[in-house]
Amino acid sequence: MSAPAGRGRQAPRPTQLSPAAIGHPLRVAGGRVSLRVHRRAVLVAVGLAAATLAVFLVSLVVGDYPIALPRVLLALLGEGARLDRFFVVDVRLPRVLLALTIGAALAVSGAVFQRLSRNPLGSPDLVGFNDGAATGALLASVALGGAALSSPLGAVLGGTLTALLVYLLAYRQGVQGARLVLVGIGVSAMLSSVRSYLITRSDLTAAQGALAWLVGSLNGLGWAQFWPVLTGVLVCGLAVVPLSRQLSLIEMGPDVSGGLGVAVQRAQLVLMLAAVGLTAFASAYSGPIHFVALAAPQLARRLARTAGAALLSTALMGALLLAAADLVAQRLFAPVQFPVGAATLVVGGAYLGWLLARERGEGRV
Amino acid sequence: MSRTLGLLLALALLGLVVVLSVAVGAENVPLGTVWHALLGGRTDYHSKIVLDLRLPRTLVGLAAGVALGLAGTLMQALTRNPLADPGILGVNSGAACAVVCAIALLGVDSPLGYVWFSFAGAAVASLVVYALGLRGANSGPVRLALAGTAVSAVLSGLTSTILVRDAATLEVVRLWQVGSLAGRDIGLLAQLLPFLLAGAVLAVLLAGPLNAIALGDELGAALGARVGLTRVLCGVAVVLLCGAATAVAGPIGFVGLVVPHAVRMLAGANLRWVLPYSMVVAPILLITADIAGRLVARPDELEVGVVTAFLGAPLFIVLVRRYRTVRR
Repeated sequence: MSAPAGRGRQAPRPTQLSPAAIGHPLRVAGGRVSLRVHRRAVLVAVGLAAATLAVFLVSLVVGDYPIALPRVLLALLGEGARLDRFFVVDVRLPRVLLALTIGAALAVSGAVFQRLSRNPLGSPDLVGFNDGAATGALLASVALGGAALSSPLGAVLGGTLTALLVYLLAYRQGVQGARLVLVGIGVSAMLSSVRSYLITRSDLTAAQGALAWLVGSLNGLGWAQFWPVLTGVLVCGLAVVPLSRQLSLIEMGPDVSGGLGVAVQRAQLVLMLAAVGLTAFASAYSGPIHFVALAAPQLARRLARTAGAALLSTALMGALLLAAADLVAQRLFAPVQFPVGAATLVVGGAYLGWLLARERGEGRV
Repeated sequence: MSRTLGLLLALALLGLVVVLSVAVGAENVPLGTVWHALLGGRTDYHSKIVLDLRLPRTLVGLAAGVALGLAGTLMQALTRNPLADPGILGVNSGAACAVVCAIALLGVDSPLGYVWFSFAGAAVASLVVYALGLRGANSGPVRLALAGTAVSAVLSGLTSTILVRDAATLEVVRLWQVGSLAGRDIGLLAQLLPFLLAGAVLAVLLAGPLNAIALGDELGAALGARVGLTRVLCGVAVVLLCGAATAVAGPIGFVGLVVPHAVRMLAGANLRWVLPYSMVVAPILLITADIAGRLVARPDELEVGVVTAFLGAPLFIVLVRRYRTVRR
């Protein structure tokens, strides 16, 4: 894992860094505001945005009742046939918006965890979040006797409490990425045994409902779920943005970043809380959707060829991945709708395989 | 000499635990009756409990315990990773996923049939985790554990996707998946015994070479160990042991993790001692956990997989907190 500065040191003439490595300077407002712009990163972000828009439109068009694009646009403007408006505005639009929001949230949360733990396999699972959420949801549905879908509160509480517990258990003169990961694995194992126990004791229908929630699905979600998810995700997302520069310093290790003046422990705690919040709101209604958090940051990073891809590209990549996965899950075996979690699973498997192949190619296995 | 004595003491303790396991439960059976029942020829209520329920259960616990203890020790030695465990490294979820696929997709319905899938799943999952998680000499324990978590997540996602669509399979699998010694088929155990024995013999034979490799690959080779061969054989032994244990008792975590640590505290790092000790201490732990599971929630029971997770996970966390993480 070489920092970008390392490349400069190896260059034959260190005075002449390539613009691709440091970005092009951009001065606005008479030179009072200056930015570094990575041309490739901008291109990637634009490309991702375009692809996301395309998936968004396709999601509105296709379905058991296909609606041509002009009629979709009319319906979005509140015109057109009533049936069109119903399908586009009331059914498909909230679902695809949810997919975009959740995907973006998961991707940013994954990026934060991967960089905090300095490991490409990092994800909110690391601190036991998903296991906590799943167990919370199951407990709530068993205790309240309701369907598993009615327990978003249980999920959010379970996930957040578990993440906090893991953080506290891993705290020993500060939290080290590695220790956090391992404590998370231990706590997760405990929770998953609680879950198996609950599943053996509940009746078959309830157990199956709980399992369906655990796979992660957007089926049957609408506007009523979209607004709370969006609000929560925006609040937590805004907490991450100002810390993103510190994040790339933390990635260099606690010693270096501490030396460069980052209050490592505090930044770490805030970032982790924000990332857990992002995942909590993202999975409150849909259930934990795996692998978007794992794959999206790495894909964005490879595309943009920067050490840590900009948060924007990462978020776009996540939104694109999840919306596309949901489209596939809905349409591939139509009229049977698979949960989106099943489709992201394939993404996850492919990601792991790619990771494996890459490391083998570099002769590191 | 004191280690021999310790081993004998542990064996005696194991004997005591086995007797208790036969006697204690929702219905307590007096020890005299246990004895008579075991001698045979009696058909009263208590004898039936002892012979048909408690004895098979205890034997399963004994076999699974030996297998998990040895497998955990081998894994930790092979990966030079103090945190290796069949549960954490994804072997269990590989076995579970393969079993679910076999039942749901191929229509295999008897435990005797899906045993083989359990083996295959365990083998494939451990290969993938190993390849993902080991990177050069300084891979460190975290990477391996992460690879295990990631692979487990894929596999368990696949498992639940299948189960959501298939209630009949869920009904069969949910009882297997929690990891329990109760109600297991004794015929299955008999069928798996050759694999367990082969794995155990292999494990014991590998003690010497693994001791040498513990010093590092180069030093090990210089001491005459054949590093590659040892690795492969060790992997084979782990898959035989874990696959058999998981097939007979379901996925049980943390026994393979905790026992080697406890044993190393008692007997030092020499695998020639650690392996036999693990072989005795692990079933003690497993059967004790099983007895505890019967006692805490009488007349209901906690499955042994739940009990070991609740005993093992806190210990794991303590280990993690003590362990000085190697920087990458």
